[in-house]
Amino acid sequence: MKADPRGVLTGSHYIDGDFACCEGALAAGCRFIAGYPITPSTEVVERFSRRAPMVDGALFIQMEDELAASITIQGAVWAGKKAMTVTSGPGFSLMMEHIGLAAMTETPCVFVDVQRGGPSTGLPTLPSQSDMMQARWGSHGDYEIIALSPNSPQETFDLCIDAFNLSEQYRVPVMFMMDECVGHMMERVIIPPADQIEITPRRYTKLPPGQYLPFKPSEDLVPEIFKAGDGYRLHVTGLTHDFRGYPVMTAEVQEQLVHRLVNKIRLNAPKIWRYEETGVEDADVVLVTYGITSRVAGEAIEVARQKGIKVGMLRLIVVWPFPEPRILELASRGKAMVVAEMNYGQVFFEVERSARGRAPVVLAGHGGGTVHNIDDIVTKIEEAHRCQS
Amino acid sequence: MSIVSELQKASLSPEPDFHPDKHPMDDFLRMDRMPHIWCSTCGIGVSVNCFAKALEKCGFPLDEVVVVSGIGCTGRVAGYVKVDSFHTTHGRAIPFATGLKLANPKLKVVVFSGDGDIIAIGGNHFINAARRNIDITVICINNFNYAMTGGQVAATTPTEAILSTAPFGNFEFPFNLPFLAESVGAVYVARWTSLHVYNQTNSMVEAMRKPGFSFIEIIAPCPTIFERQQKMGDGLDRLRWYCENSEIRNDAGTKNVDIRLRDKMVVGKFVDVERPTYLDAMNAHYKDRLGEKYKVYEG
Repeated sequence: MKADPRGVLTGSHYIDGDFACCEGALAAGCRFIAGYPITPSTEVVERFSRRAPMVDGALFIQMEDELAASITIQGAVWAGKKAMTVTSGPGFSLMMEHIGLAAMTETPCVFVDVQRGGPSTGLPTLPSQSDMMQARWGSHGDYEIIALSPNSPQETFDLCIDAFNLSEQYRVPVMFMMDECVGHMMERVIIPPADQIEITPRRYTKLPPGQYLPFKPSEDLVPEIFKAGDGYRLHVTGLTHDFRGYPVMTAEVQEQLVHRLVNKIRLNAPKIWRYEETGVEDADVVLVTYGITSRVAGEAIEVARQKGIKVGMLRLIVVWPFPEPRILELASRGKAMVVAEMNYGQVFFEVERSARGRAPVVLAGHGGGTVHNIDDIVTKIEEAHRCQS
Repeated sequence: MSIVSELQKASLSPEPDFHPDKHPMDDFLRMDRMPHIWCSTCGIGVSVNCFAKALEKCGFPLDEVVVVSGIGCTGRVAGYVKVDSFHTTHGRAIPFATGLKLANPKLKVVVFSGDGDIIAIGGNHFINAARRNIDITVICINNFNYAMTGGQVAATTPTEAILSTAPFGNFEFPFNLPFLAESVGAVYVARWTSLHVYNQTNSMVEAMRKPGFSFIEIIAPCPTIFERQQKMGDGLDRLRWYCENSEIRNDAGTKNVDIRLRDKMVVGKFVDVERPTYLDAMNAHYKDRLGEKYKVYEG
């Protein structure tokens, strides 16, 4: 299905990542944002609140807190809208409750986290990538989500559409993991015509009321969805539920449900993984990175290559689910790994785990507040190279 | 044919649409989920019955009615009513309902939840939804304690009441819910007890027909915990107590309707005023400011 042209601002724009995120959402068909202001994400909803009155069926509401924002969007989804909410670290912490609800009720929606330094109030105006594990594991219980990480305003626009598409395809909350730098950096963003934007429609059931079971999975483990008001008169609960949506407090139903919630992402992961490789084939050292850090890392690779070290880059675009087999494959071929990220080891541990001891894995991390110093990454590349040889 | 079976036949035949194996609540309740979890003489079922009657009186198509609950004993209402129903997280039924209503204004959205859910953990959402005048009806069953978890002290527990986390009696000052609701902008506020089934039903009809944020507090017995802990007898004793001690005063002024443990209780319809709903206000405002450019929001 093609995008609805009424939400697509086709043309060439000089905008920041936050604005690009808003335009990406509108292009993806998002017509409902409930937000709560928090630096450095606020510009996303500021733009949406200006754009919504001019777009058919679009509505912005500023809620009383992030708890409200993150569940109001789910009410809107069950009434038929595509919806998202936008926040940063402290608000993301509050939203964990409803990321769990969305995972349990299989509500397609997008959570944008423009990451800033933490813990707690931390660095409101400065970047970090330290919410990556929170995005993966932050809510209680067992579940899987999808997380994407753009490295430019253009990619923010493009990936935001993908975030919505993936959330519809797998009926899963998608974490859109930006950071302060990408959010506030201004670059050219090309918005294509609507007929060049592919949109995944919501997977509504075609079965009539009475025959349709709201949580009975299809072949790909994802159930078809319904919306309130269509005459199905069904129940949706955050409790463990059977195919009918009815609460059932037994180990059997828990196993059947939670195993499926996890497997619908794990078994479909090969279709979801996305990464970009540059110069990896002949490399001795592979720099694994994502988001804004990938742009700094690119320069570090240039410097290291000038020093005679063959370095390639694996840039994660989809961070969760994590492409374990690819990391294992590269490690098995003896390539040392450096993981550059703005934290003290989150994706790093995932790379280390996936490498299964077959290659050295070195962290180029720091506490956030600014992007990496290029020399620091080069030093880590040299260290990894020494370990490798 | 014996006289008995003839009589029986006669008693079954007069109305052509009489179906002895069909329960009058079949269309409204998920009968495949019965029996429900509520205790004998708990007040929640009474209110669900009143709600069914109210929906019948209103005549809304049930396909367009949505019930949203939070967590707790009353939070289970959503699971038993045969309409689209959502059992959400603790305290967040109102913002979920807000999303439903704003995304599809044709829906008739009712929040059915308990005092702990709506007023304590969900208090912030309650006051802001009322302030915005979101067009939903909130039915709050107040049993003065956290019953599902075994009877802990609540934000509505009358002073002196004994509960599992107030073993020496509650010393906190409780919320006066109608006063709170009125002060933050609810356009319709009523309070009844589980005894007042007709008043309760009528209030539900009025509230659901009224555009804007309407609020009904139902004082309900929790015989298993609250009444037992206060040595107030069982549910029937409590209904007798309501009968003898509640006073209908529609003009009482919400400030004066606070509840004390063993004093007379004021019930009635306290507030019924007009104020533009959130969406009406938004559409009027944007039309005024943006003129032709504004795409009037209809969902």
